[in-house]
Amino acid sequence: MTLGAIGFSAPWLLLALVALPILWIILRAVPPAPIRRRFPGVALLLGLKDDESVTDRTPWWLLLLRMLAVAAVIIGLAGPVLNPEDEGATAGRGPLLILTDGSWASATDWADSEESIDDLLAEAARQGRTAAVVRLTSPEAPVFQTPDLWRSRLPGLAPLAWAPSEAQMEELAEELGDTGFETYWFSDGLDREGRGTLLEALQDRGPVRVFEGGAPVMGLKPVTFDDGAVTVTALRAIPGSEREINVNAHGRDPAGVMRILATVPVTFGSGETEATAESRIPAELRARITHFELAGARSAGAVSLTDDSLRRREVALIAGREDREGLELLSPLHYLQRALEPSADLLHGALTDILPANPDVIALADVAKLSEAETEGLTAWIEKGGMLLRFAGPRLAASDVSRDSEDPLMPVRLRAGGRNVGGAMSWGEPKTLAPFEQDSPFVGLPVPEDVTVSSQVMAQPDPTLAERVIARLSDGTPLVTRKRMGDGQVVLFHVSANAEWSSLPLSGLFVQMLERLAVSSAVALPEAADMAGTTWRPVRILDASGTLSTAGTLPGVDGADLLTLPLGPNLQPGLYEGEDRRIARNVLDAEASLESYAWPASVPVEGLSRVEETPLGGWLLGAALMLLVADILASLALSGRLTGPRSGVAATLLLAAAVTLTPAAPRAQDTTAPEETGDDALAALATAEVVLAHIVTGNRELDDMAQAGLKGLSDTLFFRTSVEPAEPMAVNLETDELAFYPFLYWPITPDQPTPSAEAYAKLNRYLRSGGMILFDTRDADIARYGSASPNGRKLQQLAAPLDIPPLEPVPADHVLTRTFYLLQDFPGRHSGGTVWVEAAPADAQLIEGMPFRNLNDNVTPVVIGGNDWAAAWAVDSRGNPMVPVGRGYSGDRQREIANRFGVNLIMHVLTGNYKSDQVHVPALLDRLGQ
Amino acid sequence: MTEPTALRGRAEEEAARLPALLARAEHLAGTVLLGDHGRRRAGLGDDFWQYRPVQPGDPSRTIDWRRSARGDDRFVRQREWQIAQSVMLWVDQASSMAFTSDDKKLPTKGERARLVALATAILLVRGGERVGLTGTLLPPRRGNNQILRLAEFFSRDDDSDYGVPEHRAMIPNARAVFVSDFLGDVSEVRLALTKAADRGVRGVLLQILDPTEEAFPFQGRTIFESMGATVRHETLKAGDLRDRYRQRLAERKAELHDLCQRTGWQFETHHTDASAQSALLWIYRALDRGTS
Repeated sequence: MTLGAIGFSAPWLLLALVALPILWIILRAVPPAPIRRRFPGVALLLGLKDDESVTDRTPWWLLLLRMLAVAAVIIGLAGPVLNPEDEGATAGRGPLLILTDGSWASATDWADSEESIDDLLAEAARQGRTAAVVRLTSPEAPVFQTPDLWRSRLPGLAPLAWAPSEAQMEELAEELGDTGFETYWFSDGLDREGRGTLLEALQDRGPVRVFEGGAPVMGLKPVTFDDGAVTVTALRAIPGSEREINVNAHGRDPAGVMRILATVPVTFGSGETEATAESRIPAELRARITHFELAGARSAGAVSLTDDSLRRREVALIAGREDREGLELLSPLHYLQRALEPSADLLHGALTDILPANPDVIALADVAKLSEAETEGLTAWIEKGGMLLRFAGPRLAASDVSRDSEDPLMPVRLRAGGRNVGGAMSWGEPKTLAPFEQDSPFVGLPVPEDVTVSSQVMAQPDPTLAERVIARLSDGTPLVTRKRMGDGQVVLFHVSANAEWSSLPLSGLFVQMLERLAVSSAVALPEAADMAGTTWRPVRILDASGTLSTAGTLPGVDGADLLTLPLGPNLQPGLYEGEDRRIARNVLDAEASLESYAWPASVPVEGLSRVEETPLGGWLLGAALMLLVADILASLALSGRLTGPRSGVAATLLLAAAVTLTPAAPRAQDTTAPEETGDDALAALATAEVVLAHIVTGNRELDDMAQAGLKGLSDTLFFRTSVEPAEPMAVNLETDELAFYPFLYWPITPDQPTPSAEAYAKLNRYLRSGGMILFDTRDADIARYGSASPNGRKLQQLAAPLDIPPLEPVPADHVLTRTFYLLQDFPGRHSGGTVWVEAAPADAQLIEGMPFRNLNDNVTPVVIGGNDWAAAWAVDSRGNPMVPVGRGYSGDRQREIANRFGVNLIMHVLTGNYKSDQVHVPALLDRLGQ
Repeated sequence: MTEPTALRGRAEEEAARLPALLARAEHLAGTVLLGDHGRRRAGLGDDFWQYRPVQPGDPSRTIDWRRSARGDDRFVRQREWQIAQSVMLWVDQASSMAFTSDDKKLPTKGERARLVALATAILLVRGGERVGLTGTLLPPRRGNNQILRLAEFFSRDDDSDYGVPEHRAMIPNARAVFVSDFLGDVSEVRLALTKAADRGVRGVLLQILDPTEEAFPFQGRTIFESMGATVRHETLKAGDLRDRYRQRLAERKAELHDLCQRTGWQFETHHTDASAQSALLWIYRALDRGTS
């Protein structure tokens, strides 16, 4: 049973809705349950009659709430389903053929198509039909099997990166067999040759239904490069309204990460299927682009791979002499420049300046000597794949470069002087070029008769000469020699780059030779005939969804086939690499156009979008639950239990409900926030006033004592001096910032944990920045120099990683002895132990007439002792001393001295060596006297 | 026979309650300054009252020679008449007094009643009066021990639903303090008061009520039960009863007030959400007024 878009799996349950009005009446009649209340005032109520004999009725809205809840339960149990699948409409008989175009254009919708096919197969399985799935791009004769088998094979039937050819469709039409079947055709909607034929063949066998995805099919033609501008042409199959899409140029950024390097917006005019846009992309950027892609389209057709046709090689031109001002035609670079300008970016400048720009080619025209640095740089550059193109000339001929031994930057050794033929002072005719040999890169180039050479430099006949010659004169002498170095090469034209020595630079052959050497990059694709016989290796291939992947072990392709053959399993779209250039085969070629196929009216065409079945029962039952909760709350509120005297229970229930209903996620955020503010508050507290701090040892008793001791010291300071510290703080080395505290008290106990490396780093930073730590072994220094008591050993262990200067016992003239009180011993709970401070510099001398030496300028970073000062300072909350010190009056005196030591210590921390400056007092007085 | 340990336990429990009540009562009593406690007339007492000229018949040893030596007339030094009054307390211990509408914020009516009564007793004892309970349980005596005894008696609960004023063994011309919610049968109160009036006993009625008993903030279908569950009343619309309940309460108060006026007593209503001190002050004043 269906009701609009909602169907019910158990519609009979809906009859229960009839009971709702009855329920209404019953609920109206039955009063709400009474509440029992203890109430002494009941004595006054006795005999009071209710005004109405009818009860306090449940309010209508509460009734409605309950009705809604019950109705939701009933409807929920009836199993409502949104968009139920209509079984009858798709029911068919006989075998089922599912045909997919499987082309690049299908890739965009493949996820939806796959799901639909899966559903259809599942349905066919339920109906007991056999099925076959055929992909047009790799057609096979349909094999009708159990649909479940096909369902498992479905992922293997993903679209391929090319389009079905006419031959493939005809092949399939012939293999269809004679049995009748029903056909579901998942089409990409593009018009192709042979589609009509296949459709007729299918319609002969049975009904055909067509499914087409809703996404518009768009494609990108190969990107061309003209006059410094990149031309992007996008296609679409369905001419629609005006639309702008972006074409993204992908490539590696300087860090080697693939990213979008440029974006070219392309606008389809209203009703147009083709749109073109131009963009000027800088050469450096252009050289890095690997492919263009229509933004948002996921198909191989929306990707246009770039090959060398987009690249312009950078050629640096360097001449041996540039001093012939005005004589342009005689410039050694003039002809090179003219030959290369149309197809390459030219660089001029000093060699050392050009090398970092990493040009593709450096042409040296008649350059003989190179400095050592230049040689090194060039060699490294060549070995990384650079090409050094050298031309001979008078200077090279006159120099002794590569004379006796082969210069690394010359392909051959040269004989002294070179030779002249056919000149006024020589015999013979100027020489012509011999036809190019088979292994020469120039093979196949026609040799014009009018190219003559009258002068050249001569190569020494070396064992390697034969293999390095790539062009000869008619008498067999080398004209062009080449040597490979690492990934690069050095090529020497044995003639000059201008027309002085030969007419070669004037001929078209010169340009062609440069092209063959890949000095200049050919803009146009080579002719298929030229490519015949060459083998091209696939480097990266495209899959149907437009993803580039490495070609792996795909076989190489013949050059002629690469250019002419339609794409298919044997020639996948991608980037192919030949000997010295790369050619991209894109899904759409320059002549491609996209047109949608007009299906005959007899064929029903459906969209892919299937509305999902959505069971609603759970939602309704949930809603019923919520309504019941609301009912509980409302009932409680009505009976006064939510707000009345007994609201405690109700509030608890309510709270419990709220806790279970509200998601717990936001709490984590709540808890982190106060923590931060807590840190900040602590920092503010620690820095607002002077705060003494002790280090947490983990020993509770010890920490409490340290806290009490510092409290006592703080109080003493507060009463006696202008230092008015706030409450002392406990500092955790691992977590707390130390920089806020001028003074740290560190009691030593053998069982305290050793701080982490980070904590030590923090401590060292603290000590270097003027902080002071008072180490207290609390053992009265019984062991002398520490190491024999457990506390002493622990102290050594703890302090080992600390950046502590050399120490000495407090000398009698140390500033600690007079920063506030004059002291000579520093007792705590114990007295008499040695106290160690930073040693005085070795050159500190007691000057005649001075009471004390001029000691080090800084605060001693550590004070080490064992007198248990904290215990002597410690006071409880009422200010009474906590620990007995000594006995009787002498004990009090000892405590007093301990307090004075504390005062001196803090004064020393806060004022540094201020009191040491008194050493200068006599001198100052002396000066004042003058 | 009661198990000794159990008895001990209960005794400890009781004893534990006693000092708290005592302490609070002492504290409360401390807030009232002992002032004009005298009888405001010459008589037997310690405090100086006045000098008056000697009249015939005065024994010569009553003459205050020091005063008389200043002038020609002879004076007799009179002391203020300080007479110990007997004050009898009755605190409703019935279970209706154990009611409080809010366990956490408000004391039970019984607690408040005991506190106020004991504080009154302390004040009176300090003033030299004799304090006791109505009935025969604890006749009026003076001294701090009496306060302890009173506290002990106050700590006993009564099982009945509503308290009945004890009117037996009233000492003639004594004073009485009745503290209760007076929600029970009013005829008992009338009987007690008329009986007291017959014997010349005057005093105060302090009605202690919980705020909910005043406001009746109930709604919906409710079964009201007395604290002992002996009386119950079911209503379908508690909200509708509010006005009539409050009217009845007002009638009850008016009746009590009327009764007091006729018998020379004084009546006041105290709510547990008000401070105990206000009740104490009122009692103190009322007793004071009654004597002058």
